[in-house]
Amino acid sequence: MTTTERAAARRERRPGTARGFSWGFVVKLLLMGIVNAFGLTVILSAYRAESWVVLGIMVALLVLVDVIYFTKRALPLKYLAPGLAFLFVFQLFTLGYTGYVAFTNYGSGHSGSMQQAVDAAFIQDEQRVPDSPAYPLTVVERAGELGFAIVVDDEVRAGTALEPLAEIDGAGTGASGAPTEVPGFTVIERAQVLTDPALQEQVVALRVPFSDDPEDGSIRTREGSTGVLYTSSLEWDEDARTITDTETGLVYAADDRGSFVADDGTRLATGWYVNVGFENFVRAFTDAKFAAPLLQVTLWTFAFSILTVLSSFGLGLLFALIFNDPRIRSRKLIRTLFILPYAFPAFMSALLWRGMLNSEFGVVNDLFFFGADINWLGDPILAKLAILWVNLWLSYPYWFLVCTGALQSLSGETLEAAKVDGAGPFRRFRSIILPLLLVSTAPLAIASFAFNFNNFTIIYMLTEGGPSIPGAPNGIGSTDILISAIYAISGVAGGTADYGLASALSIIVFVVIGVISAIAFRQTRKLEEIQ
Amino acid sequence: MSPTTGTRPASNRTSARRARWWAEVGWRYPVALVIIAFAIFPLLYVLSAALNPRGSLAGSSALFSTFAVDNFAALGGTAYWTWFGNTLFIGGVSAVGAVLMGACGAYAFSRFRFRGRRFGLTSLLIIQMFPQTIAFVAVFLMLLAIGEVVPELGINSKLALICVYLGGALGANTFLMYGFFNSVPIEIDESAKIDGATHAQIFWRLIMPLVTPVLAVVALLAFISSFGDFILARLVLTSEENWTLAVGMYQWVSNQLTSRWGLFAAGTVLAAIPVLALFLALQRYIVGGLTSGSVKG
Repeated sequence: MTTTERAAARRERRPGTARGFSWGFVVKLLLMGIVNAFGLTVILSAYRAESWVVLGIMVALLVLVDVIYFTKRALPLKYLAPGLAFLFVFQLFTLGYTGYVAFTNYGSGHSGSMQQAVDAAFIQDEQRVPDSPAYPLTVVERAGELGFAIVVDDEVRAGTALEPLAEIDGAGTGASGAPTEVPGFTVIERAQVLTDPALQEQVVALRVPFSDDPEDGSIRTREGSTGVLYTSSLEWDEDARTITDTETGLVYAADDRGSFVADDGTRLATGWYVNVGFENFVRAFTDAKFAAPLLQVTLWTFAFSILTVLSSFGLGLLFALIFNDPRIRSRKLIRTLFILPYAFPAFMSALLWRGMLNSEFGVVNDLFFFGADINWLGDPILAKLAILWVNLWLSYPYWFLVCTGALQSLSGETLEAAKVDGAGPFRRFRSIILPLLLVSTAPLAIASFAFNFNNFTIIYMLTEGGPSIPGAPNGIGSTDILISAIYAISGVAGGTADYGLASALSIIVFVVIGVISAIAFRQTRKLEEIQ
Repeated sequence: MSPTTGTRPASNRTSARRARWWAEVGWRYPVALVIIAFAIFPLLYVLSAALNPRGSLAGSSALFSTFAVDNFAALGGTAYWTWFGNTLFIGGVSAVGAVLMGACGAYAFSRFRFRGRRFGLTSLLIIQMFPQTIAFVAVFLMLLAIGEVVPELGINSKLALICVYLGGALGANTFLMYGFFNSVPIEIDESAKIDGATHAQIFWRLIMPLVTPVLAVVALLAFISSFGDFILARLVLTSEENWTLAVGMYQWVSNQLTSRWGLFAAGTVLAAIPVLALFLALQRYIVGGLTSGSVKG
């Protein structure tokens, strides 16, 4: 900036505020326009989907963002807002939500609201109406979703699995009486339906709700040219919270566990989730099915993380002591080769070792154990050793780097003084180097412990938690650590889902990490006082 | 240490010196060789397997017995390059996002004095102790709920995964950058302010160029962490064309370990080389970041 420009700038702007026309302002307006457009779109579709929580959060965020960026107050917030917004929604909210789910029986069979459970019951019970008229039908498609278009009383209606049939204006019917032109939808030719087996399967499985009311039933087809009405014989009494099966006369009443149960004990497959208090926590500790494997998993989690930190710290420190000597030539090259395992992506290393440790064809057995058939990853104890070994390989370079850095920052004078006073190498290490080293590395050791406590990748990539503990639920295995056991129990990857129990266990992990962090803080302060 | 003199006492002295050299320095070289063998054997092995045209785990133990690029060519017939692109996209966007958010946060905490500043810093420090991966069940359920409103941000969306990663950005990076921002003298800001620069100009034109090294480190760390993430990527990305390398290559190895070994090895070599190169190039900064940014308040 020249002096005149500076003077002009001073005249135009007061420090700390953006005024007048500038490119920055244009960019800001543009960005805010995009944010607002996005926010309004989300608000509208949340309103349409009746998703009130999403709507509320979005409105609050949008108002806040507009206030922050279009007023001159709260200057720091202009810088913090984007990060905070993501932090609140995708971290704090999920942490809180974990706490909420931990006290529910959310999971397979209890995965929605009571209304959703009722709808699901109706769908499951639907049967072909014996005297249903056959509606001329055409298979249609919209945005990748299959749907039906049918003719009811000379009027074309169309819909998809998610959208009930609605009247379509301006549609045309062909010679067979089925719709041939449906505005808003793409008509799929009948020939195509007949020749494509995969499509056929989808068409036969498709049900399109007849109206908004699930009691009206749905339209289904067997051959793709006529649709038939299916309805349920159930009746839903919202006030009494009962579902009555008009065919068998059974009355299913809502219980406080989130299921519809009849007097004879039969229950409908779909329930909803309810608050169950501390039951998940109690179950984790007392249910014989879970308690024993989970205790084992917890012990191994601690053993795994402590041993990993100790072994890799020890090895890294040893290497750092050996090679932190200015007399060694090409130290830079040596150092670079040493840290290669750390620079290599961890998940790839774990998968690579999984192949190398393969009992039949693995290179480890072939080259180092003379072709022996050692089942490294299939034996409970060997698998644990293998995991510790691989994790040592992965993480000693980190400690090598950290310790080398710490050693180089030690004061040479102190060491020299000790030498003059006649302290031997061991004494110098024991009384001077190690204590000083621990001041700077102890926090990192604790952080590393916390990281390995949740080191899902190495466990899952190497053994998937296996070999499984006999009789343990959800395939919990003897190398599972808490987070991978939670993964197995949660059922997010398939199988029976138990989000409630999984979240309760997550809470326990949170508590453990919280305690460790608290200790860490205190310890760091103590060590710094020593210094 | 030149053994040129021929007289006996001199050669005695040389051998004594040599013995001392071996005792103090020389022995470290053989040790280094052992450690290097330990460190790079798996890497050599994967390179050899990638060049072995048989492509199966069986018979890949004879190191470097054959050289052929069949496996690399065969990657073209798989979804590998799609996953590669997805990984670059997700990692790249979340790295840029993490850098911007982290830098803005660090700037605010370093340069402004406001109510709740200490509280904010302490909270961030505490929050970063609880990684999102433990709350993966809640992440999954939340994305299911969001997906009903905005399908573009629901399950099986790359953008949703990026958003989840960005949720952890502020907590993880602010501290690393905060220390670095503090090391830039505040007098620079003040003189610019007197010259009439706005806070935005100071941030973009003055501070950001001065802290480029830490920006590079944070970008690299964010990229590597998204590159290596499996649990969240696996949870969010359900269809094969959206997978990242971690999810896709895990699938190769877990399903048909022995037969897809060559593909896996070739894919590993290709994907690891850029990461290795970046890492080694930025090594010095990363180590500095690792030791200074972790648990200091």
